[in-house]
Amino acid sequence: MRLKFNGNSIEIMNAIYILWLRQLKRYFRSRSRIFGSLAQPLLLLLALGFGFGPIYAKAGGGNYIQFLAPGIISMSILFTAVFSGIEIIWDRQFGFLKETLVAPVSRLWIMVGRTLGGATVAVMQGLIVFLIAMAIGFRVADIHLLPLAFAFMVLIALFFTALGTAIASVLEDMQGFQLIMNFLLMPLFFLSGALFPLQGLSKTFTLIASIDPLSYGVDGLRGTLVSGAHFGLAVDFSVLGVITLALLAIGTYLFSKIEI
Amino acid sequence: MNIIEVKGLTKQFNGLTAVDDISFHVNKGEIFAFLGPNGAGKTTTIKMLTTLLHPTSGEILVNGNNPITQQNEVRCSFGIVFQDPSLDDELTAYENMEFHGVLYQVPKTIRRTRIDQLLKFVELWDRRNDLVKNFSGGMKRRLEIARGLIHHPKILFLDEPTLGLDPQTRNHIWNYIKGLNKEENMTVFFTTHYMEEADRVSQRVAIIDRGKIVAEGTPAELKTQTGVASFEDAFLKLTGKTIRDEDVGAIDHLRMNRRLWHR
Repeated sequence: MRLKFNGNSIEIMNAIYILWLRQLKRYFRSRSRIFGSLAQPLLLLLALGFGFGPIYAKAGGGNYIQFLAPGIISMSILFTAVFSGIEIIWDRQFGFLKETLVAPVSRLWIMVGRTLGGATVAVMQGLIVFLIAMAIGFRVADIHLLPLAFAFMVLIALFFTALGTAIASVLEDMQGFQLIMNFLLMPLFFLSGALFPLQGLSKTFTLIASIDPLSYGVDGLRGTLVSGAHFGLAVDFSVLGVITLALLAIGTYLFSKIEI
Repeated sequence: MNIIEVKGLTKQFNGLTAVDDISFHVNKGEIFAFLGPNGAGKTTTIKMLTTLLHPTSGEILVNGNNPITQQNEVRCSFGIVFQDPSLDDELTAYENMEFHGVLYQVPKTIRRTRIDQLLKFVELWDRRNDLVKNFSGGMKRRLEIARGLIHHPKILFLDEPTLGLDPQTRNHIWNYIKGLNKEENMTVFFTTHYMEEADRVSQRVAIIDRGKIVAEGTPAELKTQTGVASFEDAFLKLTGKTIRDEDVGAIDHLRMNRRLWHR
């Protein structure tokens, strides 16, 4: 029986769904990875939150944990998202990716499925950290803004999954990965205002923070969960939205150029 | 009837000519061995046949379709088992099969029936809900063969299918493949470094060396042509006895890493 190639939208939806589902199954099956990746956010929340709390309050900043939690939630989303993109390096030679690249499905749909799956997993990690933060005293200021907060989490997740995919499409082995971790991801996180307020910083610092995409995500998340968005919610949403779309386009292009 | 037709195929990478104006054909329903020393251009040729690489020049027809302009038609017509496993270790055998079926747009009921049939055929039915990471090398290879057949391809490409496997598994695998070839008239295109295997199993052979086809014909013809008794000797006579060192690339590093962490 000869297989007919159709390429119609139901089949494309099925392909995207199956790739999305795969990312989820892999996530739920690795219990140790889930707990392991919660260790660092939890540690930062507790150590920095309770450690800097008193001084921060004394300096007039208010409750540090309220300030910090959105930053830590963003951190867990960032790292989970990038890792699911980076998986491609390994997958390329030894995994499912080769199988998908030789299948009669356009690379665009493969990229869409993977990215949606990776972003979903990253948002789930973010939600778990959110719950942990609530367990140690974090409180949401306005529950009506929760859907918008969720939207920010999704944007951050999409951005970093696309970033991970773009990087992994270009790297051929795991060697470059250490460099990326230390010279790209860590600075992106630490200079984004996740851990400290952006008001009143030096001109240079303010400049750096304003070119860091994560700053807008953290700021938006903080603005919707707590209050006090430094850039303003509208700016955060539009800037993050635009650069996420741009990075998705770049990621898709680089992914389509992978040769195995 | 030629199910694979290659004419004047050339591939150049940065000034290096990996495949140099080669021409050969594969008859429908044939078991065809594509042999050559390391770095001869085998993998590059297979990648061009399977739409993974664009040729620099030349013509290819796979099942009457052009891999460049009719990419998806070509992809539907073949199944491939790569040299390195391309299964998802963290999914079950059944899930791996199901995903392939969905990607190849096999309708649900047919898909389910075929998966059941194929898993039983390669004797992995009782392990269908086990995670692939717990499978041995031989089991993984069998699963990949089963997976490659879900969409009923006309051609099955196998890149070193029995590398590193024990004799019992090798025997089983070739029996499956020969059975499929006989009953479904499925063409088989494989590469191997095991010359006795190529001799025993294949009906026609092409040998590529330094980017050029140096011989094409049945194993018997090649043995007569070179005047030797064993096929391995014929191969050595046609390609020479100097060792070809391969360049170590990223894939080799990944392979070495993999061996560290897996069995």
